[in-house]
Amino acid sequence: MTRTILTVDDSRTMRDMLRMALAGAGFNVVEAVDGEHGLEVLSAHRPDVIITDINMPKLDGFGFIEAVRVDDDYRAIPILVLTTESDPAKKQRAREAGATGWIVKPFNPEKLVDAIRRVAA
Amino acid sequence: MDELEAIKVTFFQECEELLADLEGGLLAMQEGAGDLETVNAVFRAVHSIKGGAGAFGLEPLVRFAHVFETLLDAVRSGSVPNTVELAAVLLRASDILADHVSAARGLGDVDMGASAAMAAELEAWTDPNAAPAHAPAAVVEEAAPVAAAPVAADEDAMDDDDLGFVFVPQTISVEAQAADAELIPSNVWTVSIRPKSDLYRKANETALLLRELSRLGPIKATLDDSALPALKDLDPEAAFVTWSVRLETDEDESAIREVFEFVDGDCDLEIARGEGGVQAAMAALLSVAEAPVAEVAEAAAPTPAPEPIEIPAPAPVAEAAPVAPAPAPVAEAAKPAAASPKATPVEVPGPGQSVIRVDPERIDRLIDLVGELVINQAMLAQRVGEYGIAPSSNLAMGLDELEQLTREIQDSVMAIRAQPVKSVFQRMPRLVREVANMTGKQARLVMDGENTEVDKTVIERLSDPITHMLRNAIDHGLESPEERKAAGKNPEGVVRLAALHRSGRIVIEVSDDGKGINRERVFSIAVKKGLISPDLQLTDEEIDNLIFLPGFSTADKISDVSGRGVGMDVVKRSVQALGGRISIASRPGQGSTFTLSLPLTLAVLDGMVVDVAGETLVVPLAAIVESLRPKPEEVRPLGPVGSVLAVRDSFVPLIDVGLTLGYRDESPHPTDGVVLLVEGEDGSRAALVADAIHGQRQVVIKSLEQNYQQVEGVAAATILGDGRVALILDVDATIAMRRREGGAPRPPEPTLIAAE
Repeated sequence: MTRTILTVDDSRTMRDMLRMALAGAGFNVVEAVDGEHGLEVLSAHRPDVIITDINMPKLDGFGFIEAVRVDDDYRAIPILVLTTESDPAKKQRAREAGATGWIVKPFNPEKLVDAIRRVAA
Repeated sequence: MDELEAIKVTFFQECEELLADLEGGLLAMQEGAGDLETVNAVFRAVHSIKGGAGAFGLEPLVRFAHVFETLLDAVRSGSVPNTVELAAVLLRASDILADHVSAARGLGDVDMGASAAMAAELEAWTDPNAAPAHAPAAVVEEAAPVAAAPVAADEDAMDDDDLGFVFVPQTISVEAQAADAELIPSNVWTVSIRPKSDLYRKANETALLLRELSRLGPIKATLDDSALPALKDLDPEAAFVTWSVRLETDEDESAIREVFEFVDGDCDLEIARGEGGVQAAMAALLSVAEAPVAEVAEAAAPTPAPEPIEIPAPAPVAEAAPVAPAPAPVAEAAKPAAASPKATPVEVPGPGQSVIRVDPERIDRLIDLVGELVINQAMLAQRVGEYGIAPSSNLAMGLDELEQLTREIQDSVMAIRAQPVKSVFQRMPRLVREVANMTGKQARLVMDGENTEVDKTVIERLSDPITHMLRNAIDHGLESPEERKAAGKNPEGVVRLAALHRSGRIVIEVSDDGKGINRERVFSIAVKKGLISPDLQLTDEEIDNLIFLPGFSTADKISDVSGRGVGMDVVKRSVQALGGRISIASRPGQGSTFTLSLPLTLAVLDGMVVDVAGETLVVPLAAIVESLRPKPEEVRPLGPVGSVLAVRDSFVPLIDVGLTLGYRDESPHPTDGVVLLVEGEDGSRAALVADAIHGQRQVVIKSLEQNYQQVEGVAAATILGDGRVALILDVDATIAMRRREGGAPRPPEPTLIAAE
């Protein structure tokens, strides 16, 4: 069974990087450009894991995670946030919002796949 | 790796957009927009550039972006006030960021001195109290002793970062175990895990933690469900169980701890060397580090902490893999989770894309093919016409429909390649700032119509003329702030750059609110430089257009900006080469407007097909004012070699195209042929003499330079309906050639002189 990963990031570069790494590891990838879009794509594709950025227009990563976590249909989906080494406060806020784990940017494909394996059933 | 390179290209494209967003946001901030959304957008732009740059290891860019981002973050959080002065600094920083991006791309260099100075300035803004450069070093020095004295450092660490160090007390307990460790097999560990409800709320899963542990070595997991209430009392959201895991591994403790990285703080965790070390470790943990554990005590599960461990394994013992379905709120069916290899079966990457990215070459090829289709369709129509088939016949009507469709396909394909002029416009604010700085002017750029679309072939060629027109507008158009004040104007001049569609062409306007063209001076300069004769009577517009003459420059001294050896005449020529025209309108004291109009595409052209000396030529329709058959009395000889045509109340020079292009040595009398009244880009008119007109047609432009070589008087070539190659006339070059010949001493041309 191919797992579907939803990536939510306003940066095309980052989405492309994620897609390359994930598709290369055999995942099916769906993308969204911000939190709002992420919620729409979520209902259409029911991903197995969500990877989201924090800084995004419209609905940021915190708001997105919170919205997923209060929805009975989706709250069990593991969410990995993309963070930077330099910002532990953001990581903590993301965890409080309900993030399952995190990926530190810049990431390499192994780290990424590793993080997904750790949270995906 | 190819894919990575492709992403890098995307990154730089995105950088361009982000830099434009950044600049737009900062300009808005400078205008006084202090709203959070603008600041956030500005922050995100820099943040995204940094993120992508980090992924590609573009260190200098990352470093500068980081300093920049830090200040923006402070502005965002309100700790640094958002002022107009700050916006000015940020704008300059954005220019340097753009330089870093270009440098990372391999285009140009960064002035590292300026970059460092700007970074220092940004840091000073971020924290005015911090002594520049010293602060970071001090932090590093302090960091070193931390490693040596972990206990002492703990409290600080927990203050700053409540993630990494919460469980440091554990280290102590393990050290306490060190003596025992020698007595028991060194590779056996006991790991006790007591999840809290938060762990499940965040969609973490004990079963997965066990699976991860099993990747380190064989495990034996024991579930203590003694705290599990009766089903009717069960709160499905709460956590009640404790796992005790015996793990055999050669990995060290940090590897085990890493498994629990994501659930740090969301479960009580003890790791101890040896079989039974847990109790001791737990006791140590409880006595040493009450705080972090107790803090997050679960209301729903009032389990006394030590108990479950003292009860010796009453619960089902499960071998690692098929994990017994824990009574977790997230009722996941237990899956055979045996140390699954990382990758799942490969499948084609999925849907979810609303944008298709296509190699531009494929589109170019498509456009070429559609061009061929247009030619082919025209050929077909011509053949059918030759066979004398009635226009009302089914065949002819079918062909009409085909023509319609062909046109539509052509338009649609051209639309694919059309791009908004934004990509060119967005480079201009920086140019304006730089030119204004260099010339001591104050200038504000207002842009309009950035989303106006035009074919890619045109976009690529817009940048130079716009750059030049803007430079000119600031350097020569705008007055100095003092002069403006004296004239009762705002010291800050406004330069407007606008794009719009007008009758099938794209029009670019560059206007300023400066002093306008000083006509007397322009006229006298033109006379002084021998460009015109002093007794020439010229209208205001004609004087204005003198600045386009080759060799004309109004600047008293060659300035840094406009005087790069390029005058407006060069701009004009490059515009004309694209089939465009440029004109100027000026009002003294109120400013000037340059208007540039270009065809929407350089791939097709509407032209008039004419016969000249047995050759077929295409005259661009854009240049043609009207076509007429001259009456004998309208043709007047002028000078030794020329003649002119009286058109209404003015005279225009008559040019025999056949003669000029060398098709024939003697011109027929103009009254025997047709005359196309054309207007050159400078507004000068001429009457081109041809033998016959075949009609108007859209033709696909084929470059003569690429396929043969440049020929003076010929702009390009095309293939006609009958399959023959026809040359497209370069109207301006033709006029210029004729002028030169007209001035040169050449044998008289009797036919023209004897016109009357």
